[in-house]
Amino acid sequence: MKANCWYGKRDMRVVDVPDPTILNRHDAIVKVTSTAICGSELHLYNDFVPTMEQGDIMGHEFMGEIIEVGPAVKDRRVGDRVVVAFPISCGHCFFCKKELYSLCENSNPNAWMAEKLFGHSPAGIYGYSHLTGGFAGGQAEYVRVPFVDVGTVKIETGFTDEQVLFLSDIFPTGYMAAEQCNIQEGDTVAIWGCGPVGQFAIRSAFLLGAERVIAIDRFPERLHMARDGGADTINYEEADGYDLLMQVTGGRGPDSCIDAVGLEAHMPGPLYYYDRLKQAMMSESDRPIALRQAIMACRNGGTVSVPGVYGGMIDKMPMGAVMNKALTIKTGQTHAQHYFKPLLERIGKGEIDPSFVVTHRMKLADAPQGFDIFNRKEDGCIKIVMTP
Amino acid sequence: MDLTTSRSTLRQLHTHAARNGEPGTVTQTQEERLAKGLGWFGIGLGLMELVAPHQCARMAGLPSGHRPLIRVMGLREMASGFGIVTQSTSAAAVWSRVVGDMVDLACLSAAFLSRRADRSRLTTTLAAVVGATVLDVVTAQQLSRGVKTRNGAVRVTASTVIDRSREELYRFWREFSNLPRFMKHVRQVDIHDEQRSHWVAIGPAEARIEWDAQIIEDLPDEIIAWRSIDGAVIDQAGTVRFEPAIGNRGTVVTVDMEYRLPLGTVGAAVAAWFGKDPSQTVKMDLRRFKQIMETGDVITTKGQPAGREESTSWKYDRAVR
Repeated sequence: MKANCWYGKRDMRVVDVPDPTILNRHDAIVKVTSTAICGSELHLYNDFVPTMEQGDIMGHEFMGEIIEVGPAVKDRRVGDRVVVAFPISCGHCFFCKKELYSLCENSNPNAWMAEKLFGHSPAGIYGYSHLTGGFAGGQAEYVRVPFVDVGTVKIETGFTDEQVLFLSDIFPTGYMAAEQCNIQEGDTVAIWGCGPVGQFAIRSAFLLGAERVIAIDRFPERLHMARDGGADTINYEEADGYDLLMQVTGGRGPDSCIDAVGLEAHMPGPLYYYDRLKQAMMSESDRPIALRQAIMACRNGGTVSVPGVYGGMIDKMPMGAVMNKALTIKTGQTHAQHYFKPLLERIGKGEIDPSFVVTHRMKLADAPQGFDIFNRKEDGCIKIVMTP
Repeated sequence: MDLTTSRSTLRQLHTHAARNGEPGTVTQTQEERLAKGLGWFGIGLGLMELVAPHQCARMAGLPSGHRPLIRVMGLREMASGFGIVTQSTSAAAVWSRVVGDMVDLACLSAAFLSRRADRSRLTTTLAAVVGATVLDVVTAQQLSRGVKTRNGAVRVTASTVIDRSREELYRFWREFSNLPRFMKHVRQVDIHDEQRSHWVAIGPAEARIEWDAQIIEDLPDEIIAWRSIDGAVIDQAGTVRFEPAIGNRGTVVTVDMEYRLPLGTVGAAVAAWFGKDPSQTVKMDLRRFKQIMETGDVITTKGQPAGREESTSWKYDRAVR
């Protein structure tokens, strides 16, 4: 089959690889009908995540049809149309039983590595380095899906692929980010980063009752899409984000702040070069520029919610602000499976049509080109969906 | 309860030490003692370099006239030493010695270029520093990997919480023929009778190791303890305990193993060099035990497709086998 594989920094290739087979009793094989490129994969593309191997199959946002099931599979059958959650979760451990699926204790065969880095390991993730298990990803014609009973949602009715595909990651990720803000009536939510997760966070914040959403980015097409979603926008290259946020909130600050940027943050001015330099000298792995600003801007007693990906150590963390302002920080890889049912219901009721975020459609064979334009934010690219 | 000290008072069940009438009174491991020794040595040497740089240079065969440099080296040597003797976990400080060794080696190599150097003394010094470097590297690595050798035996403890009853876990473990399903280096266990069994394992450098073991304590649903029968190549003893987790959260399984490799500490170091890190191996074994008991399977990526010749990711898995 054809699969999009990682070969090094900004080097993706679509190559022929063997078809996947059932390796565990609860596996299934899914024939992919749609797959997307996730913003978090750009961290792999730019080689910020250790333990990638040449030839690793990429992709953790995908859906398709089950064509084979292992002997221990109970609730899925050949022919089922399913969306697959990006974290791999066993459904039986302490965390899965609490529906904290991205913290599954049993799904990462390389957990020992993550334990050295984080103290404990998160769940396995498709196509996301060997730190999270080294599982072959979904930018391929076929994928092996472990724990298919737990990790998939069946799509029974007549939705298009693009309407439901993002249940795999970015819709629940944006939704969980907003849910973690514990939004109250009259609340203002500020969101750093208007990529796909930021876009879903904007819409989810409104779904959860936010009065006002302020979105911060620098790309016109992203700010435009944010305004389409009902947000007020700030272009941080044209105005100081903190000052403007204070102005529009009467100096109090947003009730909650979402960092949907993560470790490759950007900002004009010397602080950016400070972090860039520290990163280059390997004395800091992540650039927490958006996070620092979110912490500084957040109102006293507010919540900072972090769906943006961080991989290691940051520098100049304003812990004094977190403590003295009594902030709550909530974060985590998304427990995507937990959101399958409620979000599918919202799509069914017409409260949201996730396909709004798609700007580019292409063939799987063009995946390397897709990564290139997505990485360079060229051609108004916000979200790419590929079909085999 | 003081958790710091209760660790060392874990039941010293049937270990070799206990059998020899030296119950676990030694709280310091051999690695820790070796590290402390290196630390005090470093402080002594550093002090000499600091107060008598000229004499030190002459003894080492170095050209004269580098007093400030030698004093700085002495300070560095002492700093590493103090780091080691004052910290309870001194792996980082021993690694700093390794860095210092590299600097020493570089300086000594540079000294060879000088005409004023005493080549024969310098060669002796270089050999000594190379020896010290090897000792430092091995010690640092053992400490980093958490290898604990006491009385010549490696001691490993690991535990995990499994969401199953004590009865289920005990029953599965007590059926020793199940063990190779999650103990990666154990290939086969043959049961002779209620007490005795024959074990086949793959050891360092893929060597096949066999031994006979007998059960020495067996409390259903609580504890199984075994040890190798006298004369085994690997003299080992182990216990697995099943205790209810507080808050009704399943069972805490704790494995406590102690074994003597041929050649003691050196054997343990050699084994670690070959990638058989005992504490990591036991941890991974327990993780696989949990996977089987909770999900019915050991999850793997071995055999999945990839765009490379060697088809999968299991080198990361293998790193701890």
